[in-house]
Amino acid sequence: MSKNRYPRLLGLLPLIGTLLLSGCNMTLLDPKGQVGLDERNLIITATLLMLLVVVPVIVMTFLFAWKYRASNTDAVYTPKWSHSTKIEIAVWAIPVLIIIALGYVTYKSTHALDPYKPLESDVKPITIQVVSMDWKWLFIYPEQGIATVNKIVFPANTPINFQITSDTVMNSFFIPGLGGQIYAMAGMQTKLHLIANQNAEFDGISANYSGAGFTGMKFKAIATSQADFDAWVSDVKKAPKQLEKAEYEALSKPSQNNPVALYSSFTPNLFQTIVDKYEGMKPGPKVDHEKKEKEVAQMEGMESSSHSAAGAEE
Amino acid sequence: MFGKLSWEAIPFHEPIVMITIAMIALGGLAVFAAITYFKKWTYLWTEWLTSVDHKKIGVMYIIVAMVMLLRGFADAIMMRTQLALSTEGSPGYLPPEHYDQIFTAHGVIMIIFMAMPFFTGLMNLAVPLQIGARDVAYPFLNSLSFWLLMSGVVLVNVSLGVGEFARTGWVAYPPLSELGYSPGVGVDYYIWALQLSGLGTTLTGVNFLATVLKMRTPGMKLMDMPIFTWTCTWANVLIVASFPILTATLALLTLDRYMDFHIFTNELGGNPMMYVNLFWAWGHPEVYILILPAFGIFSEVISAFSGKKLFGHHSMIYASGAISILGFMVWLHHFFTMGSGANVNAFFGLATMLISIPTGVKLFNWLFTIYQGRLRMTSQVLWTLGFMVTFAIGGMTGVLLAIPGADFVLHNSLFVIAHFHNVIIGGAVFGYIAGFGFYFPKAFGFKLHEGWGKAAFWFWISGFFVAFMPLYALGFMGMTRRLNATTNPEWVPYLYVAMFGAVMIACGIACQLIQLYVSVRDRKKPENMCEHGDPWNAHTLEWSTSSPPPFYNFAVLPKADCIDPFTEAKEDGTAYQTPVKYEPIHMPNNTATGLVMGALLTVFGFAMIWHIWWMAIFGLAGAVVYFVIHAARDDQGYMVPVDVIERTEAEQRKRLVAAGKIPATATRVETSLEQA
Repeated sequence: MSKNRYPRLLGLLPLIGTLLLSGCNMTLLDPKGQVGLDERNLIITATLLMLLVVVPVIVMTFLFAWKYRASNTDAVYTPKWSHSTKIEIAVWAIPVLIIIALGYVTYKSTHALDPYKPLESDVKPITIQVVSMDWKWLFIYPEQGIATVNKIVFPANTPINFQITSDTVMNSFFIPGLGGQIYAMAGMQTKLHLIANQNAEFDGISANYSGAGFTGMKFKAIATSQADFDAWVSDVKKAPKQLEKAEYEALSKPSQNNPVALYSSFTPNLFQTIVDKYEGMKPGPKVDHEKKEKEVAQMEGMESSSHSAAGAEE
Repeated sequence: MFGKLSWEAIPFHEPIVMITIAMIALGGLAVFAAITYFKKWTYLWTEWLTSVDHKKIGVMYIIVAMVMLLRGFADAIMMRTQLALSTEGSPGYLPPEHYDQIFTAHGVIMIIFMAMPFFTGLMNLAVPLQIGARDVAYPFLNSLSFWLLMSGVVLVNVSLGVGEFARTGWVAYPPLSELGYSPGVGVDYYIWALQLSGLGTTLTGVNFLATVLKMRTPGMKLMDMPIFTWTCTWANVLIVASFPILTATLALLTLDRYMDFHIFTNELGGNPMMYVNLFWAWGHPEVYILILPAFGIFSEVISAFSGKKLFGHHSMIYASGAISILGFMVWLHHFFTMGSGANVNAFFGLATMLISIPTGVKLFNWLFTIYQGRLRMTSQVLWTLGFMVTFAIGGMTGVLLAIPGADFVLHNSLFVIAHFHNVIIGGAVFGYIAGFGFYFPKAFGFKLHEGWGKAAFWFWISGFFVAFMPLYALGFMGMTRRLNATTNPEWVPYLYVAMFGAVMIACGIACQLIQLYVSVRDRKKPENMCEHGDPWNAHTLEWSTSSPPPFYNFAVLPKADCIDPFTEAKEDGTAYQTPVKYEPIHMPNNTATGLVMGALLTVFGFAMIWHIWWMAIFGLAGAVVYFVIHAARDDQGYMVPVDVIERTEAEQRKRLVAAGKIPATATRVETSLEQA
């Protein structure tokens, strides 16, 4: 993966910022994943850039208010002075310059940190499918053939491709210690690419309010070595529970503070079945006259059967 | 017969709710008894409730805003206490189904029923006076707007005791707000309270746009309008453009909930993402509707108390306009995390950042207004200086959130909560409180007590920092919003500090209530009286008439051919001139139509919430019929006779002589301007 996911306009700024903020136990400022680190550095760069104008404004406020207080009759008083082309140019130009700099950083970082963009790495990525439910997280490992509730384990230094949907209202899938979040929405699939730089245990949450059990909608995300991960997978494969239809229906019932559950197998194509349950962006059930129009459209190559999130650029 | 309504709708088993209701009922009974005892019902009815006078409507708006501030703040204290108590396994004292209603109500009340009426009240009070008008363009419509807001207020407060309020957060995103996930009446209360008050807001926007376009005193150019009028005008442009979006969006959600449509549902091709877009297409302009008038107040305050013209008046107008237009192009920054792709996110991030340019210009313009001025450190100036410092920080965190890469980790965290309280409290609310103190003497003829005002400021600003700086930190620690309990022991100290900050703000509010009491008690003291009308030696026309102004505002329409016409007039000695003779003045009649329609539409809203169809038809048809009857009357208003004007103005001349503003021997002059 590239070390420079976006250009550091003032390369030293993040470093200084980190020094200033070290010592606080703040998850977002001390992430253990490359995406999170890049996002942390972006926050610090942007903040320091903005402080270039914010600090002078605050200082000037105090300074001017003190110097030109009514009791200070020594200070110059020009009641009619209300225009100066020089100052007007300066007060428009200074914010414009800061925003040009910040805008450049923003444009670059937005593309570099696009959650849909796969991470560059020599290691083969692992796919985890995520389903938000009332009020727990279901994780499906399509390659390993296992499923879990409220717990994921994955190897460190391996890119993770999360495919995310919802079997209920909208939630937001978020592991603060690793990096950014993305919404989980029914009938659609969103994507998130993360990586852990070291072995660690992370808190995972839903970051979008989803009803009464929202507060307890937490999970553990554990980054381990490849060997420990393989051992864990074979352990889960021995788990007594299997996520077949009846089990999934039971799981779908709303529950709060759900305990961790492990499933040695799941119904084939489960994730896609959950996405397809809702029409999402697809048109509703076909009626006769629509069918005809559809055929025409298909012939013209206009039909798109994908149902990812609106505007999602894949 | 009564739809879904039954005795079970009243939460007898909830002691907190029942005690609150009992106290509201007792308070209401006490007010009712007091009005009856002092035989004030006729006075209240003829002078206030049926009034179409913009000044009185403005005062009523502000009273509603202050009462709702107390209600919304009570919610805030409950939330902070719950979060301080419910740590490490303790559930706290509020179960989720109650707590979730509280944070929804807090947001709705503070935005729609506190900030909006506060701004609308100040605008009603000051804008017609600032442009030298005798009332707004459509006085009856103004009264109707107020009573539509009251419909919303009544419904929100009824939800406390009958049924429930929404448990969706103030944004009410579907599918959570759809019938499948919110089968109760809470979301219906939300819909109809917002729908009715939103209609009132749209009418206010139309009314005040027409007012500034058509009712300016002869000679006043658009670019010479006072800056508060200008910022309100931009806010009204935003209202007229954005509130219809809210109305339509809520109507679509209503179709989903009432008629089994599937516009925003998960199933049958519904698209919840569309609601999120539409909601913020209204919701983001809405925050500029709140902040722009506050910017205007700060400009008036800083220029009056610096004894200087406002620096860059035109620059300020253009900056406000730029903010308004850009404010419409940034809504997607509320949901970068929906997966729109890098180009879309980058566009909305950059558009959001552009707004910080005109906002920065405004900050500099205030600074250069103070520069080489004589700044009097009144409480209004303290609020303004406090705002400039606080808002600089809030603006910075806002731009940070506008960077998609940063927003991916900060979205929906307590950092966001800290940010928008930083700009709404430190921006809008500080501005409204400054405006309250600034215009209070205009409305009532005496000043507010400075000591208590300053105490309130210091409690508010320090309380604000103590309450919200820990939330910035908690955001960085990974705490998301709308949790009702926490398990991380490291967060606990921050949550306690935040609760303490809320208590400090409560002390600030207490100081304001004491300030009101002390000021009313000492209103007759000579140092507090300012009925002559110009307590601050200010620049614009609203200060050239008496305080409170006569109901016709200006006996003769004032002259205005520059930005600060009153200051110019005071300098060249033409202020307070009395014409040789007065002309009769045309004024509108009071009417109860607004109140009656508001009451009938409240019945309609309540009936819709509970599916009592016959009552809904009665309420809606009643309101329409009553309006048609009102519109069919041939009410042309009335002429104020010259002797009434003579009498009123003679009193004002006596006050001006007593205040040393004009010599006792002042002669009457032929004025070039007669009333239009």
